[in-house]
Amino acid sequence: MKKLLMATAAVALTAGTAFAGGHAKEVKLGVIMGFTGPIESLTPAMAAGAEVAMKEVTDSGLLLDAATVTPFRADSTCVDAAAATAAAERLLTSDKVNGIVGADCSGVTGAILSNVAVPNGAVMISPSATSPALTTAEDNGLFFRTSPSDARQGQVLADVLKERGFTSAAISYTNNDYGKGLADSIAAAFTAGGGEVTITSAHEDGKADYSAEVGALASAGGDILIVAGYVDQGGPGIIRAALDSGAFDTFALPDGMIGTALETNFGDEIEGSVGTVPGSDAADPSVVLDAVAATGADASGPYIGESYDAAALIMLAMQAANSKDPADYAGQIMNVANAPGEQIAAGELAKGLQILKDGGEIDYVGATAVELIEPGEAAGGYREIEIKGGKITTAQYR
Amino acid sequence: MDFLNALVALSNFVLIPAIAYGSQLALGALGVTLIYGILRFSNFAHGDTMAFGAMIAVLVTWGLQGMGVGLGPLPTALLALPVAILGCMALVLVTDRLVYKFYREQKAKPVILVIVSMGVMFIMNGVVRFIIGPNDQKFADGERFIISAREFKQLTGLREGLAIKTTQGITVVVAVIAVVLLFWFLNRTRTGKSMRAYSDNEDLALLSGINPERVVMYTWMIVAALATVAGVLYGLDKTFKPFVYFQLLLPIFASAIVGGLGNPLGAIAGGFVIAFSEVTITYAWKKVLTYLMPEGLEPSGLVQLLSTDYKFAVSFVILLIVLLFKPTGLFKGKAV
Repeated sequence: MKKLLMATAAVALTAGTAFAGGHAKEVKLGVIMGFTGPIESLTPAMAAGAEVAMKEVTDSGLLLDAATVTPFRADSTCVDAAAATAAAERLLTSDKVNGIVGADCSGVTGAILSNVAVPNGAVMISPSATSPALTTAEDNGLFFRTSPSDARQGQVLADVLKERGFTSAAISYTNNDYGKGLADSIAAAFTAGGGEVTITSAHEDGKADYSAEVGALASAGGDILIVAGYVDQGGPGIIRAALDSGAFDTFALPDGMIGTALETNFGDEIEGSVGTVPGSDAADPSVVLDAVAATGADASGPYIGESYDAAALIMLAMQAANSKDPADYAGQIMNVANAPGEQIAAGELAKGLQILKDGGEIDYVGATAVELIEPGEAAGGYREIEIKGGKITTAQYR
Repeated sequence: MDFLNALVALSNFVLIPAIAYGSQLALGALGVTLIYGILRFSNFAHGDTMAFGAMIAVLVTWGLQGMGVGLGPLPTALLALPVAILGCMALVLVTDRLVYKFYREQKAKPVILVIVSMGVMFIMNGVVRFIIGPNDQKFADGERFIISAREFKQLTGLREGLAIKTTQGITVVVAVIAVVLLFWFLNRTRTGKSMRAYSDNEDLALLSGINPERVVMYTWMIVAALATVAGVLYGLDKTFKPFVYFQLLLPIFASAIVGGLGNPLGAIAGGFVIAFSEVTITYAWKKVLTYLMPEGLEPSGLVQLLSTDYKFAVSFVILLIVLLFKPTGLFKGKAV
């Protein structure tokens, strides 16, 4: 029985190899995401987003010599760097993929990049790693991301404050990597722009009483209080205590603080407060979301459009370089993502491939208005919001 | 003018919050100290008894709000308070019958009772979370401020605002009433006297015909009332969240021990000592000093002794210092 099994397996393997060899131009892409672990509920839709792009390209029959694009999924676990490294190693050495969409979480992305992608010369495009640390990671020009770094949001928020005439600010952040990183980047950008940061202090989530924290913030003073926290955690507690004691009445709120809970909790009490959330009016992701929903995945999660764009960028760059070798096409990714050239929206990959085939240039917009800045990350479109009449309103996109 | 501004800033961020917090701690510490004085063990379940009482108040308040019953400018929770006290009394009496009575009859050592109370703590903790869930619950209503910072500024023309929340005012008033009632009960009534007698010398009290089970029952009922009042006031003033009451256990015990375990006066003093140290040590004095210091000598730093993250550590340190140098506490309680 055992022998029979092994024989069958061997036959299947040979057949598989023969079949794969039959396609001279088969393109294989790895999709490495945390299919198990803390964001396992989000990753199926993200992977589906990437696969939708691959199917679109395969169906068009325009990539290279009518190549088919095959996805290979691998599990990054989101938190276990060793497991993620092993999974990525397998993608490159045994599946022999030509590029990697992923990874998802910042920590494992950094591990895969330095342990696997750089030594093997493989291209990686992450849809969702936002840590500012990845900006300066050693990548030999192989790593890109379609999501903006958190440092970018700090810059945008600092710009908003400056343009609205706030010259000094106090910062309270939630005591974790997200809050600390964001607070640091806001403080750096705000100070560089000539503003004064009077205090940067942490608050712990889940406490009953923030009057002591607000006492310190009030003592330091400032035109506005920046609360880099979570809208369903300690953030509203800080705002409530600041309002009650009359310490601050306008607030600057990064993405984690923007939610409908803000309207229900405070309404017009925080009139004139400002905030930033990722978002853009220049792209329409609905084509991708509908296709993802059709696969049975939950299309309401984040980073689905970014995943689609990551896969699309790899394939468009291959077309532009007329090669599936990472060494050839890595240099083309920035070119296809940015102007000049014809704008390519989500669902128009065939058009983009055709233009590139004819030797033209494209400016890939995709599902999330991708614009890559050095060293290969999304410039990041943000929606500037303002509390007006007790409601969250859009002031402008930047 | 600068002096007035400094005074107002100090009141707004230090004095008023500390007085309200101190009153809440004092009520909690009174419960702990009564149990220690009369039943002779440290009741670790006290924080969760507070949570249970407050939970009933929250549920009843919601019911009243649903029926449209209210107290106008005062929070509806005050109406719910008597019901919550009765519910909490029922809980502790049932707990006593089911758990503590067994150990009392065995004449178990206090340390065993302490561990038993921890078990009770976890059960109550679970019960509260099971019934109302682990999240924040909002139940405060009525007028939010006696005077808000903005009104105060307009009224006085000072640069600093002074806000007094309704809940802070109520906390102090209710705490004073509760303490007066408690001392009247302990000093003037027959039952109160028998409780004190039982606390001072159990055997002598038994010989003079005091029924120990009655004393125990009354103690639990008073403790339940105090715990519920403390829990509701804290929930009204801050927020109701089951886990927060568990965290309150440390400052409450610190208050009781600093004041002298078993001594009700000490519990009140201890509550205010802990509250004022927590707030003053973690307060950034820059603003107040800027008003007070002559021109050119203003501090450029924050003048903050400890970051607010270390608030709870302050209670620990005070506890250690008191236990090292004055183990019976400030008011001559029992040695721990």
